[in-house]
Amino acid sequence: MTYEQLSSIAPTVGLIFFMVFFVSVIAYTFWPRNRDKFRRAAKMPLDEE
Amino acid sequence: MTDNRMVEAGPKRPAQSNPWLIGLLAIGGFLGLFLAAKAKDGVMEFHGYLFMAAAIAGIFASVSKAFDGPKAAPVERGPGVTYNDGVIRAGVIASMLWAVVGLLAGDFIAWQLVFPELNLDLPWTTFGRLRPLHTSAVIFAFGGNVLLCTSFHVVQRTCKARLAGGPAGWFVFWGYNLFIVIAATGYVLGVTQSKEYAEPEWYADLWLTVVWVVYLLVFLGTLRKRTEPHIYVANWFYLAFIVTVAMLHIVNNLALPISLFGSKSVQAFSGVQDALTQWWYGHNAVGFFLTAGFLAIMYYYVPKRAGRPVYSYRLSIVHFWSLIFLYIWAGPHHLHWTALPDWAQTLGMVFSVMLWMPSWGGMINGLMTLSGAWDKLRTDPVIRMFVLAIAFYGMSTFEGPVMSIKAVNSLSHYTDWTVGHVHSGALGWVGMISFAALYYLTPVMWERTRLYSLKLVNWHFWIATIGILLYITAMWVSGIMEGLMWRAYDAQGFLEYSFIETVEVKQPFNIIRAVGGLLYLLGAVVMAYNLWRTVRGDVAKEAEPALRPSVVTDAAPAE
Repeated sequence: MTYEQLSSIAPTVGLIFFMVFFVSVIAYTFWPRNRDKFRRAAKMPLDEE
Repeated sequence: MTDNRMVEAGPKRPAQSNPWLIGLLAIGGFLGLFLAAKAKDGVMEFHGYLFMAAAIAGIFASVSKAFDGPKAAPVERGPGVTYNDGVIRAGVIASMLWAVVGLLAGDFIAWQLVFPELNLDLPWTTFGRLRPLHTSAVIFAFGGNVLLCTSFHVVQRTCKARLAGGPAGWFVFWGYNLFIVIAATGYVLGVTQSKEYAEPEWYADLWLTVVWVVYLLVFLGTLRKRTEPHIYVANWFYLAFIVTVAMLHIVNNLALPISLFGSKSVQAFSGVQDALTQWWYGHNAVGFFLTAGFLAIMYYYVPKRAGRPVYSYRLSIVHFWSLIFLYIWAGPHHLHWTALPDWAQTLGMVFSVMLWMPSWGGMINGLMTLSGAWDKLRTDPVIRMFVLAIAFYGMSTFEGPVMSIKAVNSLSHYTDWTVGHVHSGALGWVGMISFAALYYLTPVMWERTRLYSLKLVNWHFWIATIGILLYITAMWVSGIMEGLMWRAYDAQGFLEYSFIETVEVKQPFNIIRAVGGLLYLLGAVVMAYNLWRTVRGDVAKEAEPALRPSVVTDAAPAE
């Protein structure tokens, strides 16, 4: 693959990768089933000592 | 001396020495001797002997442990869980010592900039050799030891599991500090590969790689042993820090030694490729060593000290992923207006500006964790230190993106403004959050009911804060001034000022900066004294603050 070929597809690949990744992070964050897990996790430092 | 102990020691049990460990140490010792015998230059010979001495000391330590007789068993915390706290205590002491050494070196060279005679006309004490000593001592020695000991503390507590790998944790601690000593003595003796923040030569880099891989394995092993189903977010930040630093360190230090027995090596990359690799490394050392690692401290110790849960755990997840995926691209902003292709400079700038969002999201999350506990800001100087650190985090992550904009960078680059920016992050954010974490950790690790003196913490807070403010305001003024002088043209189109004129005019600001640094150093000395008395178990006789009818804020929580 030449430099020109790579540089022509890199922005698109980057855009799609980052958008998909970001959307999955948001989905994981706000997935209703995770709500209680995160609520408990927020208190983890207070567990002991 | 008032008694300040919380828990009685557990039952005694006999100690053993590990034959595998002693064998490995013996091999290491012979390797050092071999290197010293075949060395092609004096520094390599010295470092060979140093390595041998460290291995012999390790053998003595592990053999004498077996003759110590029965030792107190660690206190059990919960069903069957004991923690490896010894290595954390060692890390606290090392952090304390390196803080003073690193800040002293920094302030000394700050005075050298004002009075050049202070280089003492000796090669070992010139600015060029002491400057990497200062940066490595504060970032890698002080910051690194803080990250080591807090990561070992947080991962054990939030996983409810003992540190994996037995003596491997101790190997990481001593191996890392040996790396620091090899690097620091190398700088003073003139050994460097001339890459900023990656000055140590190839053999020190190889040693750090070994230590770092063991560190990663210990951390991962502890996560694997966890009895909690969820991995707490602070551990994500620590893991990102460990993994990314390993990657950065290996790629940026690809080099070919001239001889296996000599200290000099040649870089694998050259020209602009080398520059880009270096600043990909350099900026991510800021992003993952000085940011991700210390954000892990924020996410554990701020809730802990405030007694409040994390403000938004969801925000912490978004904070984590967006921060690590944006930071890695920001490095090219160190190479604006250079031979680096324009598109790469723009890419670096755009990602730096986008970093604003996760940084401020994290800052808000840290500050809002105090909601419901804001009163502690008035009564607990340690909380005040955490808040100051987070405020400086917000401020320097605002300033950074501004400076990464090409037009702004054309004024700020190579000037004191950059120096001021780095120090508002380093002294304000990294330093203060580390001090606050050490103030929390010391009474807990030595099982004291409280710190020796809260009044001294308050003194430290104010001395250090005034020091930072003097430092960064002086650097703003002198940086913008010299930047404007460098680009001033007269009516004929000639440069208005010669370079030496821009140096001369900075004299008063350099003095203010050095005074600010001295105050910050003084604060660290006050802390070292306070922590030392805490370790000894002393409690200062202090009047309780007047507006505090019944609250005892410094109780190291005993739930």
